Amino acid sequence: MNTTVMAPAWRDNKRYLWPLGGLIMLLVPIAGVIYGATGWGWAWWLGPIVVYGLIPLADLLIGTDTNNPPEERVPSLEQERYYRWAVYFAVACEYVSVIWGAWMAADGHLPWYDVLGLALTIAMVTGVSINTGHELGHKTDKLEQWLAKIALAPTAYGHFFVEHNRGHHVRVATPEDPASSRFGESFWAFLPRTMIGSLKSSWEIEAARLRRNGKPVWSIHNNNLNAWAMTVVLFGGLALWLGWQVLPFLLLQAFVGASLLEVVNYLEHYGLCREKRADGKYERCQPRHSWNSNHIVTNVFLYQLQRHSDHHANPTRSYQSLRHFDEAPQLPTGYAGMILLAYMTPLWFKIMNPRVVAHYGGDMSRANIKPSIRKSVIERYAPQRRGEAAQ
Amino acid sequence: MPFKKWRCVICDWVYDEEQGAPDDGIAPGTRWEDVPADWSCPDCGASKADFDMVEAD
Repeated sequence: MNTTVMAPAWRDNKRYLWPLGGLIMLLVPIAGVIYGATGWGWAWWLGPIVVYGLIPLADLLIGTDTNNPPEERVPSLEQERYYRWAVYFAVACEYVSVIWGAWMAADGHLPWYDVLGLALTIAMVTGVSINTGHELGHKTDKLEQWLAKIALAPTAYGHFFVEHNRGHHVRVATPEDPASSRFGESFWAFLPRTMIGSLKSSWEIEAARLRRNGKPVWSIHNNNLNAWAMTVVLFGGLALWLGWQVLPFLLLQAFVGASLLEVVNYLEHYGLCREKRADGKYERCQPRHSWNSNHIVTNVFLYQLQRHSDHHANPTRSYQSLRHFDEAPQLPTGYAGMILLAYMTPLWFKIMNPRVVAHYGGDMSRANIKPSIRKSVIERYAPQRRGEAAQ
Repeated sequence: MPFKKWRCVICDWVYDEEQGAPDDGIAPGTRWEDVPADWSCPDCGASKADFDMVEAD
């Protein structure tokens, strides 16, 4: 009777931190303010400094939290508009950074190395915004789906909306998925494979849907074409206003921004594989098929993307409701720190390969391995497997 | 009553009442309303609420 009185009410301890995901989208004007006040040219490099320096450091200092909302609280938590507005705010801030940054690059009389820093700072903003588009693109609400494409437009990654939901979520942690990285595959080999493979896949998936609905592939109904059209409008508009010289600048930031998303893809499922059943279908995606992290700072800036196992189990669940699972494989630090490792292939292999091997108890035939080394990897770790069996 | 089909709005996987989802313990011929509310899409994990009926097929 009085259990309701005794049970402490669950509080979202990150509740008032979520708008920070929007504020970080303003890194470009913030860099401008620092430059204006001090004249320090390095201020234009603020984006890489924050993403590659301050956030990984803050993850190490501030640590983790395994706070989960109770299941009975989830339906009301999902309904709270506050959480959605925090995401809409981030999209608006992204555009402030892109438009103001492009103007600064064209008319700011900056030396080339400051313009390069500015391009990379915009890239960090637009790259992280793919994650904002990801949060929005999983929703069935039409407005949010449009906002998702708007968030993806500055990186020309509109096809992510199609490919992520209908490609990646279906094939995750299988050799067939271009966006799931393989044991022994470096980030630098993964990057072209995922970029080209995802583009191809998104086109095929969407063309099949349109054919099924009796609509022409080359039309505005095509979710890839209408999303890319936003990029054409955005880049074209900026070029008309600021001159064609901004186009290489915009393309550079788009490529670097997209590669920031792809390095996150690289670390989310590295080496993990779903089992193929006798009927040729893959087992359902389970918590054990994604790498997770509970590091607070990156979780705030990436809308708990690091609680990745729950995301794949419940893809329409909003970020505020995502849960930590004890059985999910954990990364040694937050995604931001792991990005740095991913760039340094030998260090990545040294730290992550033993974790994958341990995850499979040495039975590497169950892992997702780069095909050219698959046989030798399985043989190499076989003694570990036998050792475990003997215990 | 003829069997109906329901499509996942997230990934397009189709639940066909005639075939059910034997992998998830849902027998062939199970009507959509009898599929448990906590069942989710076998391909992408979307919830039962994220399915739309397929009008013409």
